[in-house]
Order: sequence, then C-alpha cells, then structure tokens
Amino acid sequence: MVFFFEDTRGARPLARMVREGGASFWADLVAFLLLAGVAVLAMHGAGQMARPLAQLNTSPVTLDPANLPDYALRTTLRMFAALAASLIFTFTVATLAAKSRKAEMIILPALDILQSVPVLGFLTFTVTLFMGLFPGQQLGVECAAIFAIFTSQAWNMAFSFYQSLRTVPADLAEVSQQFGFSAWRRFIRLELPFAAPGLIWNMMMSMSGGWFFVVALEAITVGNTTVTLPGIGSWLALAIAQEDFRAVALAVGAMALVILSYDQLFFRPIVAWADRFRVEQSAAQTQPRSWVYDIARRARLLKGLLALAMRPFGLLARIRLPERPRRRRAATGGAGGRLLDGLWLGLVLAACAGAVWLLGRFIAQNLGWGDVAAVIGLGLATMVRVAVLMAIASLIWVPVGVWIGLRPAWAERLQPLAQFLAAFPANLLFPFAVLTIVRFDLDPDIWLSLLMVLGTQWYILFNVIAGASALPNDLKEAGRIFGIRGWQWWRQIGLPAIFPYYVTGAITASGGSWNASIVAEAVSWGKTHLEATGLGAFIATVTEDGDFPRVALGIAVMSIFVIGFNAALWRPLYRYAERRFRLD
Amino acid sequence: MNNFAPVFAQTLPLVDVRHVRHVYGKGSGPGLTVLDDVNLTLHDNEIVGLLGRSGSGKSTLLRSIAGLVQPSEGSISFPRPQGQTTVSMVFQSFALFPWLTVLQNVEVGLEAKRVPPEERRRRALAAIDLIGLDGFESAYPKELSGGMRQRVGIARALVVDPDILLMDEPFSALDVLTAETLRTDLLDLWSEGRMPIKSILLVTHNIEEAVLMCDRILIFSSNPGRVVAEIRVDLPRPRNRQDPAFRAMVEDIYARMTTRAAPGQPREGLFPGAGLGMALPRVSTNAMAGLIEALAAEPYNGTADLPQLADQTHYEVDELFPIAEVLQLFRFAELEGGDLRLLPAGRRFAAADVDARKQLFARHLLACVPLAAHIRRVLDDRVSHHAPASRFIDEIQDFLDEVSATRTLNTVIQWGRYAEIFAYDENASLFSLDNPT
Repeated sequence: MVFFFEDTRGARPLARMVREGGASFWADLVAFLLLAGVAVLAMHGAGQMARPLAQLNTSPVTLDPANLPDYALRTTLRMFAALAASLIFTFTVATLAAKSRKAEMIILPALDILQSVPVLGFLTFTVTLFMGLFPGQQLGVECAAIFAIFTSQAWNMAFSFYQSLRTVPADLAEVSQQFGFSAWRRFIRLELPFAAPGLIWNMMMSMSGGWFFVVALEAITVGNTTVTLPGIGSWLALAIAQEDFRAVALAVGAMALVILSYDQLFFRPIVAWADRFRVEQSAAQTQPRSWVYDIARRARLLKGLLALAMRPFGLLARIRLPERPRRRRAATGGAGGRLLDGLWLGLVLAACAGAVWLLGRFIAQNLGWGDVAAVIGLGLATMVRVAVLMAIASLIWVPVGVWIGLRPAWAERLQPLAQFLAAFPANLLFPFAVLTIVRFDLDPDIWLSLLMVLGTQWYILFNVIAGASALPNDLKEAGRIFGIRGWQWWRQIGLPAIFPYYVTGAITASGGSWNASIVAEAVSWGKTHLEATGLGAFIATVTEDGDFPRVALGIAVMSIFVIGFNAALWRPLYRYAERRFRLD
Repeated sequence: MNNFAPVFAQTLPLVDVRHVRHVYGKGSGPGLTVLDDVNLTLHDNEIVGLLGRSGSGKSTLLRSIAGLVQPSEGSISFPRPQGQTTVSMVFQSFALFPWLTVLQNVEVGLEAKRVPPEERRRRALAAIDLIGLDGFESAYPKELSGGMRQRVGIARALVVDPDILLMDEPFSALDVLTAETLRTDLLDLWSEGRMPIKSILLVTHNIEEAVLMCDRILIFSSNPGRVVAEIRVDLPRPRNRQDPAFRAMVEDIYARMTTRAAPGQPREGLFPGAGLGMALPRVSTNAMAGLIEALAAEPYNGTADLPQLADQTHYEVDELFPIAEVLQLFRFAELEGGDLRLLPAGRRFAAADVDARKQLFARHLLACVPLAAHIRRVLDDRVSHHAPASRFIDEIQDFLDEVSATRTLNTVIQWGRYAEIFAYDENASLFSLDNPT
C-alpha cells in the first residue's frame, strides 16, 4: 500500500518527545486542545448552515480575505459531511452487494454506471429536490452541495469495500464460522478490519477527488436562479469572474493549508492506527507514523473519552438476539435455483428497459435524432481528444516513471510528490491557461485539451513508479548478467513488469479525463470565455442554460461512451495484464 | 577430463580474486564489513564451492565476480588473454521472466548478443534438450514446478557458452528430492563433458551438497566474511553419501565451522560483539527447547554428532548452527569438534516441566545475555517500571547497524517474554514489569 506524504522515522522534535514517553500530561493537553478546537469549529460551521436562505442574498460572497477562513471551514465541513455520507452508503450498499448475489447483480452495474456519469449531472436534478425538502433555509442548498460532493466520493469507496469483503482470507472466515460469530460480530471483528486499509486509501483518494469539483458545486444554478454558497469554491468562481489574481492565489493557499491540516490531523493518524490491520505477512517498508496518533496514544484523556463512547456499543453487543435456526444454503439448488435467478434477471432487465424507455421519451419530447447525432459527434470529438492525450502522456511519463522507479532513493522522494500532484485540483490552473491561450491566440480545440489531462496524467506516473519499484531484484540482476540492454530490455523486462500498474493508472486517468472534460472544455476568465468542440463543453453549456432535456442527453451519451470504453478496452486489458504479467 | 587445450594456457587461472574487501553502509556511521581480505583463484575444469552461513558474504563475492557489484577494495581480474572470460549465473530464486515462455527465457542471453533468430532457436532448443525439458518450450514459468524452473535457469545460463558458471545457492529453494535429482543430473552433464563451460563456482550453505559436488571447498566465516579454510575434495566421482571417507570429510567440515579460526580463543566468542553489542540471531525458545529435547533423547543421550543431527532434523547449516550456538551461549550445551554436547543445566531443562523450565531459562537468560539483564535492571531501577524500546535500540545502535540491532532486540524480547522477566507492549513499544491487562 502506498500512502500520501510518507514520513521518515524519528524526524520531528515533538514527535520524538512524545515517543520517548514524556509526561503524558502534555499529551493530554495537546489532545484536549485539538479536540476542543475541532469541536468549536464544527459547531460554528454547522450553526451557520441552519441560517435562513434569504441571508445568502443579504450577505453575498465577497472577495474579502477576512472571510476566507470562514469559507474554508464551510467547504471542509461540507466535504467531511459528504465523506461521512459516503461511508454510510459504503457500509450498507457494498455489504449488501457482497452478501446477496441477487443484490449484487443490480448493485455492481449500477455503481459502474453511476461512477461514469459526470458529477455535475446529478447536481442539476437533485438541487430542486433538496431545496424543496428544506424550504427557505440554507440547509436545503447545503444538502444539495453535500450530495453532489457525495456522488464524487462514494463509488470507489463502495467498490473497494465490496472487493475487500469478497476477498476475506479463507482461514479467518472459517475461524469465525467455527466459533459461531453473529453477523454483527463478524462484521466488526473480521470484515471491517480487513477492509480498513483499502477503504482508508480510497477515502483519501475520494477527498482529493472532491476538491476538483468543489469550484463547480458551490455555485448552484437552477434554471434562472443561482445560489452561491459561502465556500472556497464560490470564492474561486467569483475571483475568476472578476479576474482577480490575488484572490485566486489566496484561494490556492487556503486550499493547500486545509489539505495539509486534514491530512495531518485526520488521515495520517487513521492510517497509522489502521496499520495493524494489514494482512500481508511481509515486513512493511516503513511503518506509517503520525504525531497526532502518537499523542492520542499517550493521552489518558482520550482513552477515557473513548471508553465512555464505546460503552453503549458494548452494552449492545451483549444483547443476545434469539438465534435463528441456521438455514442450509443451496436448498434451492439445481433447476429451482436457476429458475429463480432467471426470474430475478428478467425482472431487473424489465426495470432497466422501462427506465431507458422513460429516459428516451423525456429526451425525445424536446429533441430529435439530429440532436442526438450531433451530440454523439461531440462525444467522438472528446473521445479522440482523450485517446490522443493519454497516448502522449504515456509516451512521456512511462519512461520517466520507470527511470524513477528503478532508483529507490528517487522513488521514495518523488512518489509522494506525484501522488500530491494527482490529488491537487488542477482546475485552479485553468485561468492561467485561458490567459495564455488568449495572449498567443492559440486554437482552443487543441490547447484546451491539455487541461483535461493535466490533473490525471500523474496517476499514470505514480502507478508506473510503483510498478518499477516492485520489479524484483533478481530479475534486474538477470538482465544485467545476460547483457540485456536498450530496446530488448524495455521489451522483455521494463514494459511487461509495469504493464498491470500502467493499466490501473491509465484506467483512472482516462476516467478522470472524461470527468474533467466538463470543466476543461469550457473555461472562462472574467469576460473571456473559451470553448472547445466536445461533449464536455456541451454539457457545461446546457447545464448553465438549465436545458434539462439536453443535459439528460449529454449525460446519457457521455455515460455510454465511458462505460463502452471500460467494457471494450480497459476491462479486457486489465484481465489480460493480470493473467500474463503478474509477478507471481 | 574434458579439456584438451595446450598446457600453457591452463596455468593461467580463469579468475583471480585478490584482497577483496566489501563494506556495506552509507558514508556516516560504521559500515558493515561483509567481506574481508578474500583471496580466490579459479582454474580450468574444477567445481569450487563457497561454503558458509548467511551473512558470510559468499553471494556478495559471487556477484563481484559476475560484475554486478564493485568491491570496496581489492581486485578481481580475468587473466586469460584471448577474448573476455564470460560468466553466467544461476539464481536461487530462478529469476525467470514470468511473461516469457521457456524458449524465450532461454533465448534471452543470445538475443542480447545479437545472435540471428534461426541460430538462436537452434541453440536454445539444444540447451533445453540437454537439461531435460523437451516438450516444455511453449510453457510459461508459472506452469512449471520449482525444479523445472531451475532447469530453465540452468539452460538459460548454459546456452550463451560461458567460461564460468556461477551458481548462487541454486538448489536451496527446492525440496529435498527435486534438489537431489537436479544435482545428480548436473554432475552427470559435467562428468560427461556435455556442458560448454570450463568451471563452476558454487555458493551453498549445505555441507553435504558441497562435498558431493565440489573439487575444492572454501569455508567462510561470517561477520565479516573471511576464508577460514580451503579443503580439497579428492573423492572419486560418482560420490556416495554413505562412503566413510565422505562422512569423515563432512564431519571435518562441521568441526571446522563450529570452532573459532584462532585456537585459544574463548569459545563463547561465537557471536560478534560483546556485552550490549552482541549481535544475536533470531532463534526462538521453541527451537531451543526442541533441540535440547532431541539431544537428550535416543539415540544421542546428550551427545550428538552434528552431521547426524542435521540429517535427522532436516536442518541445514544455516538453521542448525544458530540454535546450537545460542544453546552454548546459555550454557545449556557445548560445541566441541563436530559434536554438540548437553551440559547438566541442559539435562535439567529437558527433564523439567513447563514452570521449572521457565525459571531455569530465566536464570540463565539473566546470567548469560547482557542485554536482557540490562533491560531488567533498568526496569527495576525506574520508579514507573516502564521503559521505551527506543532507549535500548539507541544504546545498541552504538555498536551495531540498524538491522542487526532490531533483530537482536526482537530476539531478546521473545526470550524475555518466555522467561517472564518483563512484559512488552508492541503498540506502545514499551517495556514494563506488568502483566498484560
């Protein structure tokens, strides 16, 4: 497992003092201060969310630097609320998919499709719903924004959790069955711990993915009305509209600070704590360390609080539910089972057909086949763009990644950097790109495309670095002993070794590029508005116009393209890579 | 046997290693001397074995000769004038490319030499045939068993017609039967002169394998690696393990490997370093108890011949010696010549029940292992009876490198927990005198 910001041992003085077992009084104090600070911030932010809607118009978003910390807080709260919602979603839906074969049949493809639908699409249709739920209050709009962020975070977490549940080690599963673990106990003692490392890694990726859309998600347009929630995203939107460089720079700084803080205060301690759940027996390269975690371990205050919080769970666990007689599985084996499966499949297909028909009717009400053909043409344009860019990015970054990966000292330094670059929202740089294009009078069709791959090419880089560093030493030595060099080395050692890793990175990069096309193909700076011909620009434009049928059409076409790509290219490639190139 | 070249060319050795010294480690801090003043010459038509335990630098020496690693001091030269002396290597872990077929794997070296495709294929097929893998040309390594994979490795090394074949513990990753088959096949090919190579340099930690295969054996000590003895094996081939001369030679080598190079040195100096800086191997109390019980039982009744013991327990030198040496450290047993002899304390241990064993072990641990006594003393002296592991690691690291220091501390932790002289909390990295809550 690779984690963000890998730290070396014994670095900082605070950490060392804590580790040396200095008075736990200091640990208590620091822990109390941190907890109190976080609690105050959270309550302040939550309180603000419950204010009435009208207040948004009386005190609109301004570019006053004094407001920036407040905006940063609101945005962070939204993202964490979305993360919590994603976690709940993961625990329910992924568990259901893992335990029930019938549920799995619909849930997995549904998740796949939802993952491919561009995030902004959800926003348009759900904002009215939420605003209706909480009329006149900011809470409705907040919920809409949180929901939109949720849709950018939840899917990969659900997939990871599902995957972990399906690959629980057989011997551990047998032990829990032997001792008659109840479903809850099995979940808490076996499945959750086993899934924890992968889930946490995906949570970190989700958080960084969420930042990319925050700019677009905090200024919500419903038809003619635009509601701008206070937050870093709307600050940035305003700065771009007013062509204020200083404000953009301030926002970038605030974002970096926020990312750094929650990385240190939230994710690193959790990663350090979850290290004990790693199942692989081989010795870890470096144990993840976190000064917050060290403090938390020493602080008796925290131990007391935790014990108090865990008391109700302990009581719950002692409740003995009456045991249901264990139903023998495979009671409906043979023809009966198949018939049931067939019926269920038929039902699902019928529901799908119904949904497609409804969608088609909605679109066909306002648009004709000509429109559909035009949109598909735009989709092809974007597809060509994505393909070309991926090819160029691969040609550049694969050799660099292999070079770095083969040199452990460099790999250790550069891989966290590449991960950070992948997490950093690249759309912050778009205004500068617009300026450059306008200044040198370049063709937006070609040059705007670069923006699409700007944020996602790093996935290729850091996965290739990981692959090259995983190349076993004796294969490298065999290559040197037999004098394998140059193109032969690449053909027989380098490229095959990194191939599975490259495919993983490419899948993520390609999906990310499609999603990015919505914000990258139509970019503005103040009054300057640049647009490239493509599906992303189309969707962005019609979303702004509030043209629902076109939005639906655009999203449907993009989803079909992405899913088609996945099924036709990436999945088979991944299976091939797994079969042929795995270092066993 | 298979060399008809003129005599004068044979007087020049194939490889000449002089005063090679190899030090690992970064600039700052004490480096780890892996090889110290090693001299070696390799002539035509011989199999030379490098025998020693892990950490004796034999693999490093092999890789130095292969050109994969540069020695810190000394020289490695290939005196033969005509052309370059070519070397080829067979790896312990086979090192086959998983995405190439057997045929492609074998052709790899030829392709690097720009041999045209038809000739490449012909030679590769011949090598595969020679090594007995006919019919598997289009198989992938993951479809093959360990023995077959190593055959591919050998074929790949032979097909490039090297002068010297370097083998780095080639059979240690295989089970006993497969290893034996491969050994005899290799020796047959060698005796019949069907391999194009001039000499073989073999690294091993299996004494019987060395005596079975080699014409000359260089015995290495460890920490740092030095050549402590060079033995000529004149037994006629094919060699028989049950032959008295064979057994005598094995016995002799065991004896040489368990005594200090310089006579008159106190016997407890088998572990490098002294006091807190004594580097301990990772030996568990279970293994120690098992060896003591095996010694005390029939047919040894307290005194065991090491080769016989190794045979019975299926241990190789690398595994048996550390346990025996730890028993000697604890004064439970004594190494003498090629024998391991149980001392009175060891006999008491063998006869005692669980609790009595723990007490006996605890007494000897505190008396004989300075680090354990030191930890206990520190815990007793402190008011809180707590001490962090980092404190001891820092102390040990004044004498040892990081890896050895961690290993030593982990070993002492395991021993201390068994003896119940202290408790250790892994999560907090804390020693204490409490029982676990």
